[in-house]
Amino acid sequence: MTARPIFIAGGILLLLVYPFLLNDFWVLQVGGRTLGFGTIALSLVFLSAYVGMLSLAQMTVAGIAGYAMAYFTAPMGGVGLLLPWPVAVVIALCLAVLAGLVVGAIAVRTEGIYTLMITLAIAVGFYYLTLQNYSMFNGFTGFTRIPPPHVLGIDMAQPKPFFYVSLVAAALCYALVRWVVRTPFGLALQAARDNGRRLRALGYPLALPRIAAFGLAGFIAGVGGILNVWLNGSISPGSIAITPTLDVLMASVLGGMLGPEGAFLGAFLFTVVQSFAIYLVPPERFNTVIGVIFVAVVVFSPDGVLGIGRSALHRIAPGRQPLSGHRDVTTRGTEAPTSLPATRPTFEADGQSTGENHHAQ
Amino acid sequence: MIHLINWRLFWIESLNGIMLASLYFTVASGFTLIFGLMRVVNMAHGSLYLLGAYVGYEAQLATGSWVAALLAGAAAAAALGAVLQMAFFSWMQGQDLRQALVAIGISIVLADLMLWQWGGTTYQLTLPDSLNGFVPLLVVRRYSMARLLLVAVAVCVGVALWLLLTRTRLGILIRAGVDDRRMVEALGVNVPLVFLVVFAIGGALAGFAGVIGGSVLSVSPGEDARYLLSSLIVVIVGGMGSIPGAALGALLVGMAETYGLAYAPTYGVAFTFLIMVAVLAIRPRGLMGRRA
Repeated sequence: MTARPIFIAGGILLLLVYPFLLNDFWVLQVGGRTLGFGTIALSLVFLSAYVGMLSLAQMTVAGIAGYAMAYFTAPMGGVGLLLPWPVAVVIALCLAVLAGLVVGAIAVRTEGIYTLMITLAIAVGFYYLTLQNYSMFNGFTGFTRIPPPHVLGIDMAQPKPFFYVSLVAAALCYALVRWVVRTPFGLALQAARDNGRRLRALGYPLALPRIAAFGLAGFIAGVGGILNVWLNGSISPGSIAITPTLDVLMASVLGGMLGPEGAFLGAFLFTVVQSFAIYLVPPERFNTVIGVIFVAVVVFSPDGVLGIGRSALHRIAPGRQPLSGHRDVTTRGTEAPTSLPATRPTFEADGQSTGENHHAQ
Repeated sequence: MIHLINWRLFWIESLNGIMLASLYFTVASGFTLIFGLMRVVNMAHGSLYLLGAYVGYEAQLATGSWVAALLAGAAAAAALGAVLQMAFFSWMQGQDLRQALVAIGISIVLADLMLWQWGGTTYQLTLPDSLNGFVPLLVVRRYSMARLLLVAVAVCVGVALWLLLTRTRLGILIRAGVDDRRMVEALGVNVPLVFLVVFAIGGALAGFAGVIGGSVLSVSPGEDARYLLSSLIVVIVGGMGSIPGAALGALLVGMAETYGLAYAPTYGVAFTFLIMVAVLAIRPRGLMGRRA
């Protein structure tokens, strides 16, 4: 047979014993951070690889879940409402799904570059809202001292328990993505990604499955957002500002947006660079380092590390091709030259748009 | 008496809104011009604004002249825009998402390098004395001349762009390139050069706006994100690639932001987004956006 199952089993075993191999810094600040951050990146990769929509609002959705956790478990300065933590988790995830659906409903009629712009605008807009608003988000301060819960007498704030909680949550989200893309719903999403017009001609709705996919991505981002808030113990406008928003994108591209593994691979690389860049450059120059790496990846290997690794792996252990087409969102042009949105910068107010929009419902 | 004071406030806020819209239009016009011709969403446009403002500040320190600051800021941003086009965007023509991602990466690096060079301080350029006065007006009594100057600048930029696009050979080439790039290439026009010039013009507009924004308001790190966001919303609302659309979008966004901050400080930003969502729901390509 092939060496593939051995690779996979080895990887799982390595993850399970990881906390016993390394010190607490590696377990919590690299391992735990990678899993939480990677789950948020997973939601972006899912939308990008299988729906063909690059959304920059995933940190925003994760932030909504994080803020909800803070609001319901760690009230500050009269802002918030104390609830049992399982209730808070359910509320946070519901709000994240709702936020995902809203973003999806706004973005669903757009494509390609427009999706990127609108979701970025939503992300930055939400950041300004949290900064200005004190009645729900506690303004500039946000919330601090958000405790991870105690379950069965185990303190989840400790490195090893937290790592395993994150591992289980991340693995479930990963399995969810892997499963969904094989369901008829997931296949319809990929068909819509590859040829929306043809699918519509066959009588399938385009918008609803896409909005639903954004809701699902919202759930995944919400899980990551809760893990993030427990790891950091705080949330403020700074945690969802433009820098963290772009960090999710950079991690995803770094890992490679070919499949869900890329999200965690990218998050791991990103976290390692973040932790160890201080030995190469002054700590405040981290953004230059990661920015240069990101530009280099987009320029030289748009499929990220996964793209390099996958071709090598196939040489060592040829296995079944994944179901998702190898369609890289960053190197894909528009569907056809005829579908380019042509807008002329002229000053005559003639020719109002009468052509029907092939992404309308 | 009370309602008179409120009316005065309302008109002051309206003027402030028009002022902000003018600044947004000046920044976004270059952004939308670049998109209209090349389909490049230059996510580093805010960085060009910021670089123009900083270079202008340095030039004013060196020469003491505000006009020199304007020229230096516009020239620096134009040069950077041309370099970006030559080094990155030119050979990715047609891969719009990849170009946007590269531009995002570049904007992160530029923001960090500018923070390194100029630190986290807020700078303000000094306006010439002739512009530092107040203009007497009805109702609001008096209004800052510098802010009115911004409106005049935006009108001039709009008119200049209109003249450029409709009355010059370059403008004809640009419009032809927007309509049918391949045909223009087939006619022997040096399209890459036209692209380079347009990128320089877009950069110059951003840097020019940076110097003016840094004089009338101020300049500090983070402004790049702010003006990138405003440019994005302006062109999303107005329609990508359309100069009148940018003017309309800038007015809507500037007014919404100003009234929002004045009358509902904690939810001010929400108004801008409600406008964006409402426009998208009715016209996904923006108010003036069109399809071929």
